[in-house]
Amino acid sequence: MKNKVTVTINGVSHSHEVEPRLLLVHFIRELAGLTGTHVGCDTSQCGACTIHLNGQAVKSCTLLAVQADGAQITTIEGMAKDGKLHAIQDGFWEKHGLQCGFCTPGMIMSAAQLIQRYPKPTEADIRHQLEGNLCRCTGYHNIVKAIQYAAENMAKR
Amino acid sequence: MATAKLLGSSIKRREDPRFLTGKGNYTDDLKLPGMTYAAFVRSPHASATIRKIDLAKAKAYPGVVAIFTGKDMTGVNSLPCGWLLPELKVPPHMPLAGDAARYVGDPVAIVIAETQSAARDAADLVDVDWGVLPSVTSTERAAQSGSAQVHEVAPGNVAFKWQIGDAAETDAAFKKADVVVKKRIVNQRLVANAMEARACVARYEDSTGDLTLWVTSQNPHVHRLLMTAFVLGIPEHKVRVIAPDVGGAFGSKIFLYNEETVCSWATRQIKRPIRWTSDRREAFLTDAHGRDHVTDAEVALSRDGKMLGLRVKTTANLGAYLSTFAPAVPTYLYGTLLNGVYTFGAIHCEVTGVFTNTTPVDAYRGAGRPEACYLLERMVDACAAALKMDPVEIRRKNFIPKFDNGYQTKVALSYDSGNYGGALDRLLQMLDYKKFRAEQAEGRAKGRLIGVGFSTYIEACSIAPSKVVGSLGAQAGLWESGKVRVHPTGKVSVFTGSHSHGQGHETTFAQLVAHHLGIPMDDVDIIHGDTGIVPFGMGSYGSRSASVGGTAIVMSINKIKEKGKKIAAHLLEASPQDIEYANGQFQVKGSPQKAVPFGQVALTAYVPHNYPEGLEPGLEETSFYDPANFCFPFGAHACVVEVDPDTGHVKILRYVAVDDVGNVISPMIVDGMVHGGIAQGVGQALWEGAVYDVDSGQLVSGTMMDYAVPRAEMLPFYETDRTETPTPVNILGIKGAGETGTIAATPAVVNAVVDALGGLGVDHIETMPLTAERVWKTIQAARAKK
Repeated sequence: MKNKVTVTINGVSHSHEVEPRLLLVHFIRELAGLTGTHVGCDTSQCGACTIHLNGQAVKSCTLLAVQADGAQITTIEGMAKDGKLHAIQDGFWEKHGLQCGFCTPGMIMSAAQLIQRYPKPTEADIRHQLEGNLCRCTGYHNIVKAIQYAAENMAKR
Repeated sequence: MATAKLLGSSIKRREDPRFLTGKGNYTDDLKLPGMTYAAFVRSPHASATIRKIDLAKAKAYPGVVAIFTGKDMTGVNSLPCGWLLPELKVPPHMPLAGDAARYVGDPVAIVIAETQSAARDAADLVDVDWGVLPSVTSTERAAQSGSAQVHEVAPGNVAFKWQIGDAAETDAAFKKADVVVKKRIVNQRLVANAMEARACVARYEDSTGDLTLWVTSQNPHVHRLLMTAFVLGIPEHKVRVIAPDVGGAFGSKIFLYNEETVCSWATRQIKRPIRWTSDRREAFLTDAHGRDHVTDAEVALSRDGKMLGLRVKTTANLGAYLSTFAPAVPTYLYGTLLNGVYTFGAIHCEVTGVFTNTTPVDAYRGAGRPEACYLLERMVDACAAALKMDPVEIRRKNFIPKFDNGYQTKVALSYDSGNYGGALDRLLQMLDYKKFRAEQAEGRAKGRLIGVGFSTYIEACSIAPSKVVGSLGAQAGLWESGKVRVHPTGKVSVFTGSHSHGQGHETTFAQLVAHHLGIPMDDVDIIHGDTGIVPFGMGSYGSRSASVGGTAIVMSINKIKEKGKKIAAHLLEASPQDIEYANGQFQVKGSPQKAVPFGQVALTAYVPHNYPEGLEPGLEETSFYDPANFCFPFGAHACVVEVDPDTGHVKILRYVAVDDVGNVISPMIVDGMVHGGIAQGVGQALWEGAVYDVDSGQLVSGTMMDYAVPRAEMLPFYETDRTETPTPVNILGIKGAGETGTIAATPAVVNAVVDALGGLGVDHIETMPLTAERVWKTIQAARAKK
């Protein structure tokens, strides 16, 4: 049995017949061909698959593709606009908030929601809000700095 | 000139834009026409014979392309062990287990299908008739009588017995001792947990006989060599191994694993590309684990705090099979570091390597050196406690004095250069140590349990001199290659055998090259991770990229300059001896106006119309650098913690680190690696641990729900600084920075917790991690004693 799922990802409509068990992350990676969204665990701990679904940061490994039918999705590929990095991407670059880059898309998508909720986040806010995203390279130091930097720049705009 | 400040500058990474925008190229991102997908059938038992495998149901499943078991892989050899100790027992390690499985996760069959889900569904339908046997997983019990036998070739589960140092001299030191401090120290098993799990894509092209393997590797040439020459018996030159963007590794992606070997074999059978991607549970079960030592250590002390002798007896768990470099880790990367930064009178260390029904153990960030450092730094603090000395004072009393070129230790190594007191001085200044002790005393009076822990570490990196490691059992040379190709337009492509999986070589190596050639960084490209393009390479591990790989590149640059001088001399009608290279041009010494720019020399080399007689055209050089010694980064770390007396919860209040990694290309990159290293070291001290169920042999901590990879909220900002003591070993003066944080942090944190509990009479905690439960129990036991 297959179900038709239609979602808009970064402004482009994607429609595929899928098995009901297909995870949204696999729809995004394998069917829509957007491989910036990563899979780092099987158990919703690592957050590498974080995307925005109808404006909410969600872990795309924890939703079925069929649950997302009709949704508006933004992935990491949709964050930069007109060749210009999003302020959070810029913050991660400026503050060396990434090393291997694998957790980075999920971190950035989570950070976007975080700054939306806490426009002037404290260090404690940032660390707490990153509860669902794991990084094994940076020890989080520069990720926290990157998000602080991005939030300051976004507040200026 | 704008390039003058390239070395030592924090330059934003050029690899970042692709990672920031989701355009990285990781192995699992690759999709090829005609792709098939693999799933492995694995042993659910820690030890079991395979009586029969019934494939009928699985083969009939829609979408299945092929299924292979160990019996199908005829003519295929064991995965090799790349480090042979004398009398090492080397049991066969077949890519697919044939007659028996020896740990939970041991692969027995590969199922290949049109989709990933079909492969997994069909793998579930493979019916294996298991003959379940008793198992042994415990390090301590493995060699005891009555334990289950893992391999026939290794009676008593002993893989090797190894020793270093002088037993008689050590016995004599203990006879002279005023005080002997003895502790049992357990260094628990860890899982690397790179955020990208292992993956591979193998593609065989029938028409040419070429095989391409994309694989999550730290060393693609090593993967190719081991796989072709030792296991599959296919010609090395017909295989291309590509390690594209790799999402972290920490040692776990050095080794040749079963899965890429089986996929490389299977693609030749089915003549279609195969992709396999580990899920996280598979990663926990099959990525080589780290550490896992049980040690009894004792230090002979004089009454005034001189450490006269060190005696160490370690049992190291190797897991079910010998992973690629497993025997080296608890021996030559461990016992040789037991001198630390101290002037021991004598040292003797015995190590017994044991097989168990667990995941193979091999190098994990630091590999042997964290175990040595943890033991020493814990023992030094225990000695201080026994003598009621300050932990700083006992360290100072025993430090090797500052030296620039060579210090012979009691355990074979000769250190390069060091100033251990210098790093500690800086640390104490940053910490404001006196003030801390006053605050601690004040806090204690109010019932607060706060403590500080030190770690004055050393490590051996820039691995390694080939002759030395060869004499010690390595089956490989450990040099590095660097090729510099100057294009006719003066642009430069650099091909390095080092591999970046987060280290940022595309930036730092470009800084190095642009600096040495005096050209803009934008004119330099760094290419790595592809055996089809890079001449050869031993890859990145053991903090060797900059010091070994970087040196090879600079050696090639020096050859380019020498050739360029001949070309420039010809153009300038001068003698090559009178030409120097400065600021991006070849010039007559002392006359910068009589010069030929780099680009013009490059063009002349490829358009050799007006050219020196007898000189080959072209401007491209390759160098292989084999270091004369290891390099020895060192430093001093301190951690300040507060323990909740009611719950045992440990909170890190401050983490201060002073590292000396020699000269630095990019402070930003070094700081970043130190931060990440500290986080992993803290993780071992407080939260991480791979736990096996003693009865069933199941890995209980087999997901990220059960194994505590540290989160942002668990860690503080790190306060870092550096001293710079260049190494005389290589021309760059660079020691290496990839592992220092991990090596230093674990004892600093544990020492801090023990210090916090010192007022209760605690002077040691045998086993990590120091979870709230373990600390709470320690507090209860201490209170009960009082």
